[in-house]
Amino acid sequence: MTSPARTRTAGPPAVGAPADRPAARRRATPWWLAGASVALVVSVVVAVTIGPADLTWSDVWRAVATHVGLGGPLGLDPLPLLQDGMVWQLRLPRVLTAAAVGAGLAICGAVMQSLTRNPLADPYLLGLSSGASLGAVLVLVLGVSVLLPVAAFGGAVLALVAALALAGSLGAVTPTRTVLAGLAVSQLAAAATSFVIFWSATGDSYREILSWLMGSVAGATWTSVAIAGGAVLVLGTLLASTGSVLDAFTFGDTAAAGLGVAVNRTRWLLLVGVALLTGALVSVSGSIGFVGLILPHAVRLLTGARHRVLLPLAALLGASFLVWADTLARTIFAPRELPVGILTAAIGAPVFAIILWRGRRAL
Amino acid sequence: MSVVGPVDGTGAPAPGTGGGRGLDASRVSWSAGSRLILDGVDATAPPGAVSGLLGPNGSGKSTLLRAIAATQVPDAGEVRFGGEDLLGMPRRRRARRLALVEQDASTDLPVSVLDAVLLGRIPHRSLLAGDSEADRAVAHEALVRAGVEDLAHRSLATLSGGERQRVHMARALAQEPALLLLDEPTNHLDIAAQLAAMTVLRKLAADGVTVLAALHDLNLAASSCDHVVVLAQGRVVAAGPVREVLVPAVIEPVYGVRCDVLTHPRTGRPVLVFGD
Repeated sequence: MTSPARTRTAGPPAVGAPADRPAARRRATPWWLAGASVALVVSVVVAVTIGPADLTWSDVWRAVATHVGLGGPLGLDPLPLLQDGMVWQLRLPRVLTAAAVGAGLAICGAVMQSLTRNPLADPYLLGLSSGASLGAVLVLVLGVSVLLPVAAFGGAVLALVAALALAGSLGAVTPTRTVLAGLAVSQLAAAATSFVIFWSATGDSYREILSWLMGSVAGATWTSVAIAGGAVLVLGTLLASTGSVLDAFTFGDTAAAGLGVAVNRTRWLLLVGVALLTGALVSVSGSIGFVGLILPHAVRLLTGARHRVLLPLAALLGASFLVWADTLARTIFAPRELPVGILTAAIGAPVFAIILWRGRRAL
Repeated sequence: MSVVGPVDGTGAPAPGTGGGRGLDASRVSWSAGSRLILDGVDATAPPGAVSGLLGPNGSGKSTLLRAIAATQVPDAGEVRFGGEDLLGMPRRRRARRLALVEQDASTDLPVSVLDAVLLGRIPHRSLLAGDSEADRAVAHEALVRAGVEDLAHRSLATLSGGERQRVHMARALAQEPALLLLDEPTNHLDIAAQLAAMTVLRKLAADGVTVLAALHDLNLAASSCDHVVVLAQGRVVAAGPVREVLVPAVIEPVYGVRCDVLTHPRTGRPVLVFGD
């Protein structure tokens, strides 16, 4: 039994006209993704060479080859110990952590914005960053004997549970309820954090706390790479593969349901996925702003709102963006470091203003 | 006072292959908290015809449409279409059988018309797949049927209300539904856009699609519908061909206004005039 609407005549081919912009945009998509991938690899390699010691691309290559066991077979000499340590112990973990955090935040931001249909949504919407901050500050100030990433992740998960419990207790987890419940939890955790800092922080711990609250990957190690990178590879890939499902939410919950999506179950799963990924990222870098909020908007203006393109492209560009923001953060006032959160907004806001202006007709 | 009769001759409804026996909702109830919104509604829409769902504000029109579409599952009752149980059907299969055009579908994100219409293809493909050539062909045909193919590459935000409404119709058509539900598709549209929207629906019905549209404008229903269902306070008070239902004895108690029915000099369809 075929529906009559299905019997279509051999009409004109779909979007064939060479002049149309979205079709051209559609064809350009693989180029965007390829270009962004190349840009990310180049960014990582170049960023590792930048800094006080003179390092070249080939030094980076030699160090990496040595450590992954390719140095012998390729006939490469290991770097001198100091330079090798610079590449392998300091800069590479830091750059890779920045890339993973940037990619993860961009994906989480895009998913949150689409899921709540709120352009102001970001990965920290459910009170995640405030919860993580509270956990971290408790460790930094009170010396609670837990590893900082563990405390931060725990804080983020507790905030998530509180926010979802509050939203869920009101009925179906609608976008508005999600946003407002997140706001309540976020404010409470922020108040507790402020109180702890105000009451007990002393001289030295202030700067450490401030740098954590503004977000930083300065202390990144291979453990940070494993946490952030692993989370992005697993959860980020899962989230990025839900493109069609997120597309279905474009016109709201009823429209998504009308397209055959199990709205409530999907929302819960995606919220939990975003929260776990964000929690993992925040635990290594603190709450870095801007990337998760603005980057998805910039990519939408460049390539359209379809998530199958938006999510991977946002991830790649978010990674490159944070790599460069962090490189600047550690070099412009060297040897003093800036929290990378200052740089993300300082570079990102003007760039976004330009993209916004160029894409003004689409808004 | 339920008047059930054959579809009147106007509009030449093709015997629907898609609708089979058309839409048949029985004893559908739904309550918001303790407030009963739908109180055992029995409603039908004949296959391959345009049916109007009428009734004052708050009479349950939107809720009934959502209940039929199962985007708001009713507490009790049964909805069958072409003999199939719509409520018990897997969601994706249901989304290939019916489409619902909501009243205020909007988004703050920048979306092109074509991308919006392509959303209608989601139930027809794997959730991991992108849109294929075939999907784009169907989307294009949906744009043509809704009369908005020229807008394909515009941004949704730049369209007029009437254009946007027809894009939403095209999005629903891209689902290739045999049953099309619309919640006040002519709301906020100027008269030309209202007639254009109704013309689209009449053509769809002529192609065999079963159309059920909630409408506020009784004269639009009188001129464009084959069949009407009148709701009041969550119950069906009358249903049947336009000529039999749009009469003062039905309209006056439901809407609480005086009403006279004239005959259109050219089309011979009823024209309603209100007030003392």
